[in-house]
Amino acid sequence: MAKTSILGLYVDPEDGAKAMDGLHAAGMDPNDFDVLTGTPYPEGAFGEHVPQHRLFRFPVFGAMVGFTLAILFTAATQLAWPIVTGGKPILAIPAMLIITYELTMLSAVIMTVIGILFESRLPNFNPGAYDTRITEGLVGVVVSVDEGRASEIEAILNTAGAMETKRA
Amino acid sequence: MQQGRQLDEIRINKELLNGALETPGWWKWAVLLLGSVVIMGVVVFGIQTNKGLGVTGLSRPVFWGAYITTFVFWVGISHAGIMISAILRLTQAEWRRPVTRAAELLTVFSLLTALSFPVIHAGRPWRIIYWIFPYDFARGLWPNVRSPLVWDPAAIGTYLTGSTLFLYVALLPDLGVLRDRTTGWKHAMYGALSLGWRGNPRQWRLQTVAGVLLSALMLPIFVSVHSIVSWDFAVTPGVEGWNSTIFAPYFVIGAVHSGVSAVVTMMALMRWLWKWDNFIRPEHFDALARLLIVVATAWFGFTMVEMLFSLYSLEAQELAFRDMQMFQWPWAGLFILFLLTGFFIPVTMWLFKSVRNSIVLMFWTSILVNIGMWLERFLIVVPSLARKQPFVYTWGSYQPSFVEFALMAWSFAFVSMNMLLFARFFPLIPLFESKESQIFTTEMKIGRTTIPAVLREQE
Repeated sequence: MAKTSILGLYVDPEDGAKAMDGLHAAGMDPNDFDVLTGTPYPEGAFGEHVPQHRLFRFPVFGAMVGFTLAILFTAATQLAWPIVTGGKPILAIPAMLIITYELTMLSAVIMTVIGILFESRLPNFNPGAYDTRITEGLVGVVVSVDEGRASEIEAILNTAGAMETKRA
Repeated sequence: MQQGRQLDEIRINKELLNGALETPGWWKWAVLLLGSVVIMGVVVFGIQTNKGLGVTGLSRPVFWGAYITTFVFWVGISHAGIMISAILRLTQAEWRRPVTRAAELLTVFSLLTALSFPVIHAGRPWRIIYWIFPYDFARGLWPNVRSPLVWDPAAIGTYLTGSTLFLYVALLPDLGVLRDRTTGWKHAMYGALSLGWRGNPRQWRLQTVAGVLLSALMLPIFVSVHSIVSWDFAVTPGVEGWNSTIFAPYFVIGAVHSGVSAVVTMMALMRWLWKWDNFIRPEHFDALARLLIVVATAWFGFTMVEMLFSLYSLEAQELAFRDMQMFQWPWAGLFILFLLTGFFIPVTMWLFKSVRNSIVLMFWTSILVNIGMWLERFLIVVPSLARKQPFVYTWGSYQPSFVEFALMAWSFAFVSMNMLLFARFFPLIPLFESKESQIFTTEMKIGRTTIPAVLREQE
């Protein structure tokens, strides 16, 4: 059956939390509904599923890639034109450390930002039901549901005190 | 320390987007004026490129002058963003909220400007590419990784990339707000830039973690950048006043001093120009001034240690150099001005609460600090080269030419104009930070008094 997206809008965050409770009670899968706000509310304020993420792996991976590339780059360029200066070794380790450090950090930061977007599920240009008043303070509860259950879900959202419901 | 009043989200959107959704009357005149100075700078740079560095005051033995001083100055200013944004974010300082975006932005534009100066200074700017990228594959020649002139682009490039990404990630929620408040091409632009931001718990959670994680990653870069810039001087033996082991921390703390002062200047301008009295309040200036007293005192300590240890050795060359730097005209005049403007006048004034809470006085004292900090870099770069003794015994002097003054003016106009252009399309104060602050701000009744308080979520 085709899925539809339903949005309930609430003035009071407490009503939004009630709507989330109602959806849990109706046996909805937690992955099928979400709460949308224009403000970062404390975690669990709406009784929502606390999202897990693996963001911390990204900078570690980025740092390893950057470190390896930097060592290869600095060593290879010195070995490609091996001039002995003052009887010192061809590979100038202290100088290599500086560039290696910078490229390691650069790669870690870039991978962290990629990780943030990936874990935030961005970009997402087809987000389903939405209302611009959410960024003016309204709390939105958005549900992805089979069309056959749409009326039932709208009733749950309205019972919790929705000022308005809309379908995508 | 919470003097703000409760505002709803509609009011916050309206007030903080007044620059992005409407064009203030003064804006186009300011951009026009600054744009004229920028164009003048570009023309002057063209003349210098055509005629060569002979149009500057640079001459043997002083080949590093106002350009390198201004390069170090802008790298210093760029330390504002991470100092304010990262350290205060990690320590959960509540008063950081209205300051972070503008400070990060100042970092990005300062770094762009700083990066221009080695190019301007090179005389033949197209040759800069040889410092940074591998070239001449046929003969296998490569950049010399042992040279600080290669370390600089690596460090500043990393800092600029990281700061720009940091700025963009923190801008995502506000881009969503702008998307919802606009129509037409602006709606399409903000929609694309916001990447479909919706504000669900996952996105907010990641936004919080990202702030902490990127702050933690940017801090070591922040320390390394000015350390590496200081090594342009410190790893040069044979120039008195440069070859110093404390230059790295000395430069970093000096950069924080000038950077945070620049943030104070900018905050005062933001409050006056966009009338953000509800967001940028005397309490923020008070907090920044207290921070600056600590930073300035630490920086002054480094300045004294640098002087003390250079004199302690009683080497004739070092004594001759310091004698010129501190007691001979015109350097002595600049030295006294540097001490007064960089430390004694502003720090003495900041000890008084009435000054810390006066936005006008904070604005002018922060300007004084940056006059002093520019002079500090000038007094490190130029007198040292003017008295080169070992091996060369070349003495000389230096005075910036009109071309150098014009390009210094260009740098200030370039940063200011870019800030104004950014402010025309994006909010300079993070909306979501201000809204979050409203949720966590409350009042507590203790005995017979009621005090403002801020709640903090347990991490």
